[in-house]
Amino acid sequence: MTIVETYPTLAEAARAMGRDAAYMAGGTLLMRDVNEGAGPARLIRVSDPGLTRVQTTGDGVRLGAGVTMAGVLASRELEVLHPVARLIGGPQVRNMGTVAGNLFAAHPYGDFAAALLALGALVVLAGQGSARPVEDVLKARDSAGLVEAIEVPRPRDPRAFAFHKVSRVKPKGVSVLSIAVHLPREGGRIRDPRVVFGAMGPTPLRSSGAERALEGHALDTATIDRAAAAACEGLAPFTDQIATEWYRREVAGVHLRRLLTRMEQG
Amino acid sequence: MAKTPVSFTLNGSPRAAFADPGQNLLEFLRRDVGDLSPKFGCGQGTCGACTVTVDGETHLACLVLAQTVEGRDVGTASGLARGAQLDPLQEAFMDHFAAQCGYCTAGMLISARALLDRNPRPTRDEVVEAISGNLCRCTGYEPIIAAILSVAEGRARA
Amino acid sequence: MRDMTSDGPMVEFRKDLFADERDDNLNEVGKPTRRQDILGHVTGRSPFFDDHLFDGLLHLRCARSPHHHARIRRIDTSAAERMPGVVRVLTGRDVPVNLNTLLSLLDFGLDDEPILSENKTAYRGEPVAAVIAETEAQARAAAAAVQVDWEVLPHVLDVEEAIKPGAPAVLEIYPENKFVYHGKYDHQKLRYGDVDRALAEADHVVEGRYQMSPIEQAPIETCGAIAAPEQNDRYVCYTSTQALFFSLGTAAKVLSMPSSRLHFIGGTVGGGFGGKVDSVHEPLAILGAMLTGRPVKYAWDRAEEMQVGAPRGAERWYITDGVMADGRIVARKFTGYFDAGAYTRLSSYAIIKGVGHLPGPYTIPNVHADVYCVYTNRTPATAMRGFGITGVDFAIEAHMDKVAETVGLNPVELRILNAYRDGDMKAHRRLAKNCALIECAQVVAEKAGVTLSPQMKAASSLRDGGGARAELPRHTATDQEGRVEGFTATSYARKGGGDSPPTTAPPPRPASPPPAASRPSPPAPSQPAPSASARPEPAPEQATKKPARSGAMRFSSLSGFRRR
Ligand SMILES: Cc1cc2nc3c(=O)[nH]c(=O)nc-3n(C[C@H](O)[C@H](O)[C@H](O)COP(=O)(O)OP(=O)(O)OC[C@H]3O[C@@H](n4cnc5c(N)ncnc54)[C@H](O)[C@@H]3O)c2cc1C
Ligand code: FES
Ligand code: FES
Repeated sequence: MTIVETYPTLAEAARAMGRDAAYMAGGTLLMRDVNEGAGPARLIRVSDPGLTRVQTTGDGVRLGAGVTMAGVLASRELEVLHPVARLIGGPQVRNMGTVAGNLFAAHPYGDFAAALLALGALVVLAGQGSARPVEDVLKARDSAGLVEAIEVPRPRDPRAFAFHKVSRVKPKGVSVLSIAVHLPREGGRIRDPRVVFGAMGPTPLRSSGAERALEGHALDTATIDRAAAAACEGLAPFTDQIATEWYRREVAGVHLRRLLTRMEQG
Repeated sequence: MAKTPVSFTLNGSPRAAFADPGQNLLEFLRRDVGDLSPKFGCGQGTCGACTVTVDGETHLACLVLAQTVEGRDVGTASGLARGAQLDPLQEAFMDHFAAQCGYCTAGMLISARALLDRNPRPTRDEVVEAISGNLCRCTGYEPIIAAILSVAEGRARA
Repeated sequence: MRDMTSDGPMVEFRKDLFADERDDNLNEVGKPTRRQDILGHVTGRSPFFDDHLFDGLLHLRCARSPHHHARIRRIDTSAAERMPGVVRVLTGRDVPVNLNTLLSLLDFGLDDEPILSENKTAYRGEPVAAVIAETEAQARAAAAAVQVDWEVLPHVLDVEEAIKPGAPAVLEIYPENKFVYHGKYDHQKLRYGDVDRALAEADHVVEGRYQMSPIEQAPIETCGAIAAPEQNDRYVCYTSTQALFFSLGTAAKVLSMPSSRLHFIGGTVGGGFGGKVDSVHEPLAILGAMLTGRPVKYAWDRAEEMQVGAPRGAERWYITDGVMADGRIVARKFTGYFDAGAYTRLSSYAIIKGVGHLPGPYTIPNVHADVYCVYTNRTPATAMRGFGITGVDFAIEAHMDKVAETVGLNPVELRILNAYRDGDMKAHRRLAKNCALIECAQVVAEKAGVTLSPQMKAASSLRDGGGARAELPRHTATDQEGRVEGFTATSYARKGGGDSPPTTAPPPRPASPPPAASRPSPPAPSQPAPSASARPEPAPEQATKKPARSGAMRFSSLSGFRRR
């Protein structure tokens, strides 16, 4: 049986956490377990409305951990992430599911986290001074602690970011895979590209192959071909009810090519 | 096991009942409050039969902890009609054969109402998007989409 | 005319077709109307089974086999019984009649399926114990605490693997993993004309293999029932069943009590699509109410609905057609395998239905089918929207396209050419009437922008049928293949009547006489006009008037049977 504890601040919640407890945000994933009798002994909640705030900072936007996908869609500051948030679940899930919850969502979920990783977002953790890269949190979800906020840098050129989600059921199916790409350019050449795949591993993962193929090049057909061919390097897809590992590997490059071609054509 | 008292507003009327620890809002509304209009289809967030509004936003009652609606405003399909006066959406669903077995209908109506409240003249795509979290196994959706659009257009004409 | 859903041409009534066969002055028929139950639906007041509240309601959940196939060495419920909130744990010993087959109510098939299995489980998710507890969560936790000592057995999941010698026997009563039809054969036969001969004479032989996976009905309301003690030693049962009297009969049988003691209330079904006929919830819910004296609810969660809810069964079909160069199909041969899963449920009947439908809506003078109801270690299959027909229709229509390609004919024209017309003899030896395939195909061609030849455009279901096309084959080749001994048990089999001896008669017609309209210069039919006395088989009119087989029961639909 699950007991619910509500705290006024995240700091207090962090102190109350323990092996038998889970932090609950929108509950779209946790409540499934609770309904099945597989929930934790204690659910820890925070009532602080500050967690749902969206704030503009100098070079980006700070998202409270409890901002929902609908909250992202309501913010003009976050326009670059609208195409991502719009593709998470149906309207009800978007009204409930939070950005921090998405960082912890197990495969095949985590489409928003893929976009955050591509944008090089930083995660502010409760009780820790400096923010850490999304990557670190994804790598050590179990020991990450509580997320207070996510800092999303504003891409200099919004057109340098693109997102694509492949699902069988439209408009709200679960990902076969998703792709988030950020290709900053200097003098026409790509610098520090990020190519992130969702649902191609236990967490969103960067395609080291595609990034290497893009680095230092102009986005042209030859580069796109090389990136597509190397798409699966660095990924670890597996088989589930949605698709087999084989299928995911087969189509990853195809979808990356389409996305990059779309970006090339502007 | 300690129960939690929960006071909230249901379709505009104040209500109070005791929630079990970990109990979801769907169970709470149906068993403890006695509003049977939201339905259980999955308990997993995938079917939308349990759709209700919480402070005007559509939520999946099966994924909401009952005790978190303390002090909030919950809306269900039972509250759509004003006495004998049906909501235009209810009339349109009847006219357009937008329900067969009727099991998805309450949730579908809540999603449709929420759409029209914020966007009185939606496009067809917007209607499809708005009900994308509600599964219907009977109708094939077309009559539902037609029903919602008919109300939207009716409003636009008025 | 369009229907009320005016946002697109969703429904189009083509009143120009068969106009003189219809009375358009009816008050309701042919006019859009409101459903009588729709006010309840839109106000959220329609009373589904779970919308009946009971004080002191108990919850029942089953402990299930995690294996595809396993022997039960021992079931230990003692830990589950000690769990919080548990009122009672049921095993097979508590079920008065712990063996059933759904169609036993129709006298068809052997009892093969336990309500709660005691010795062996044959599919993953098969129930072995039922826990009744104060809350759902407690029932869930206690069901997980039921301990079973399993001896895992080899399993088989493919229909053709399952009928190979040496395959694991899914059910002991059908050791070959095949249902026994009419007490005689390990498959359902259809013999009409002489297929092998016609194939030998055909210009083309077209072969194909088709497969359809199981399909879950996936109603939004999961299956369930609530039972409670009533006055006068009766029990009330609110149920999601789509076949109330079927469920009532099954519960009465399993609980070994007169149905007059059972008060069934249903009729408001949150989507059934065939998945709510299996009557597995009502007996356990009522038994729970009997043994605890309290209201008991047994409902599946979504995962159970998907895993153990009986789907439309998988089917595999092999089709061989004999086709003349002009596109007339002169022979069609089927071998079909229905995947019944671990128990019979409705699969045996699906095949009867399916074979009655062969060779599809086409006039083909020589048809042969061997269709097997095969047991595998999968979830048992049951009804779903047109079951028995849908899978083989998919196969037939895919095959028609293949035939069209082979003979170089437009696929729509191939269908019009071979379609049933009024008065044609069908392979199950009844005359076709009210045919409309030709008209459907013509409208489809029009909508799809497919140009038809003038003859095909002019073709009509009302013309050029019957006559020589109404004749039964002169000779039907029969055989004893798949004969099974020792299965006289089912009374259905006894009703089947004796063997009609193989007949010797003139050779089969090579093809149905071609419809005049579609073939401007047909080769003259080479047969003499048939004389009634020469016919080896009775004319259809006689056949239908003759007091049908001794039992005189015929299936009319899932929920019952009618007397002829
Ligand atoms: C029908 C349906 C469809 C969905 N479709 C999608 C989809 O298309 N794409 C997708 O990516 N996801 C999808 N999801 C999954 C889920 O809704 C989202 O991932 C959502 O963002 C999860 O957020 P939440 O707030 O609801 O998480 P919760 O359920 O509240 O929590 C999930 C996990 O995150 C942890 N957590 C939450 N907040 C914090 C925090 N601040 N600090 C530390 N840990 C935290 C929790 O402890 C828990 O382990 C879907 C879910 C459903 C039910
Ligand atoms: S019951 Fe809540 S979404 Fe299905
Ligand atoms: S009307 Fe039956 S599920 Fe929608």
